[in-house]
Amino acid sequence: MTNYIIRRLLLTIPTLIGIITITFLLMYVVPGDPIRILMGQRGDPATIAMIRKQMGLDDPLPVQYFRFLTNVLRGDFGRSYATNRPVLSEILTRFPATLKLALASMLVASVIGLSAGIISATRQYSLFDYSSMVVALMGVSAPVFWVGLLLMWVFGYTLGWLPISGYGNISYLILPAITLGIRPAAYIARMTRSSFLEVLRQDYIRTARAKGLPERRVIYIHAMRNTLITVVTILGMELASLLSGAVLTETIFAWPGIGRLSVDAIIKRDHPMVQGTVLFTAIIFIFANLIVDISYAFLDPRIRYE
Amino acid sequence: MNKDLENIKTTSYWKDAFRRLRKNKLAMVGLYIIIALILTAIFAPWLAPYDPYEVSYEEYLQPPSLKHPLGTDEFGRDILSRIIYGSRISLEVGIIAEGIATVVGVLLGSISGYFGGWVDHLIVELTNIVFAFPFLLFVIAIVVSLGPSLSNVFLAVGALNWAGTARLIRGQVLSLKESEYVEAARALGASNTRIIFKHILPNCIAPIIVSATLGMGGAIMIESSLSFLGLGAQPPTPSWGSMIDYAKDFLRTNLWYSFFPGLAIMITVFGFNLLGDGLRDALDPRLKI
Repeated sequence: MTNYIIRRLLLTIPTLIGIITITFLLMYVVPGDPIRILMGQRGDPATIAMIRKQMGLDDPLPVQYFRFLTNVLRGDFGRSYATNRPVLSEILTRFPATLKLALASMLVASVIGLSAGIISATRQYSLFDYSSMVVALMGVSAPVFWVGLLLMWVFGYTLGWLPISGYGNISYLILPAITLGIRPAAYIARMTRSSFLEVLRQDYIRTARAKGLPERRVIYIHAMRNTLITVVTILGMELASLLSGAVLTETIFAWPGIGRLSVDAIIKRDHPMVQGTVLFTAIIFIFANLIVDISYAFLDPRIRYE
Repeated sequence: MNKDLENIKTTSYWKDAFRRLRKNKLAMVGLYIIIALILTAIFAPWLAPYDPYEVSYEEYLQPPSLKHPLGTDEFGRDILSRIIYGSRISLEVGIIAEGIATVVGVLLGSISGYFGGWVDHLIVELTNIVFAFPFLLFVIAIVVSLGPSLSNVFLAVGALNWAGTARLIRGQVLSLKESEYVEAARALGASNTRIIFKHILPNCIAPIIVSATLGMGGAIMIESSLSFLGLGAQPPTPSWGSMIDYAKDFLRTNLWYSFFPGLAIMITVFGFNLLGDGLRDALDPRLKI
């Protein structure tokens, strides 16, 4: 087990370096002079030349790349053009808000997705099964930002039950969490249903029924355990789209997380900040997947990676 | 040809698949949605009641009426006409961006699976890296670097969306290259290129079609998200995503302005997803993506 974790950790190193490299290339090789963005059109040539030298923009590309790589590995993501504050500390200030939103929407997704999936599977081909699977596919097909706006209109403007946007007590969290949770909920419902149907056909379920266990116990204890692996997989895979969706959701609901930070940075052409948020989110995602992989081993005794 | 032989009813793989597809009602709904989208895009000038760019300040932000069935926007432009023209952008994104992604994915996937060795390692690692980035954020980063425009969205989506296809095709190629008919072709002296394109890839066509269909829906969704953020189609081009971007400022009083473009996106993506699911079941019942 420990061996597996260590090996898995080592395997993330090439991916991490790849991500850092691509992020570097994206922002440094592209046309557009960062100094021009920083200074506007006014700066005189002498000052510009001085800043270029200070920032090391005149160095050869490999030198710049190596500096970027070592800086990132030391936790230095550069400074924001807009505020001149360190990018990483700005990101870390915003991270709790995104984490809160992501966890809340995962909770929403798991509760809705699991129950819809189980009910569908146990009543295969019923009206509920049919309609919930169509609704699930619609949930996957609806743009996150549009769902958010509709929810905002219904519960915010029309019914007045929940705040429309902003950050505060739990009532502010409800609409963004549902908005962001719908897509993963739909995926979880679909996958839970199909894996449940598969599990229900297994011999050990027949054995459980044959020895006279109540149906409730067969479903919620025996079948459920083997379905959870699927759910964890989906949650892990959906994390990427959750973090992506957070960009849109946070923008709509004025939620002060990393997603909104990156969109603001895009508008302000604050390149180090854009780069930083992309890099940070990718790193978070890699480690989240690592946790998912390792948690398989706990959920499924057959997987004990030797 | 012998008369008796002609009378034997043969069904090809594709005929069987189509028959299975036709029996799947949901998949047919998806197919009809996509056909409707294509027809709308082609015949937009005849279908749209107004010019999508025609500004009429006297008629701004009107609710749906007989004159304007889906209402008007803040410049008094007819929303229905703009949605009809917007279908062209969505279809273009689906075809061009997903087309690039499919070609790249199929090429990289088959090279990786067929040749193995360090090329395989490199491509697999590249795929992992692409998967490690949150997709939308990665596309945003590319589009911001290249400059916001629709063609850069095509490029960015195409440059990233291949990873899933590549992974899928690699798996298929890995198992197909061990098959006896490939061995036979190799024994006859067929070149690697010939084996890949003539012998292996034709047998991967089912997963390619399925992943391209589902991918088109995904590409349309990404384009609308980027246009919603102001990074895709630039005004006054009527893209569904950018329409919602403008509409959101009037949400409180004018829901329909946000509602209809979003509905168009949902129905379209829904259509691709339905058809993709149906094709998967019809083409290869064993295949589960």
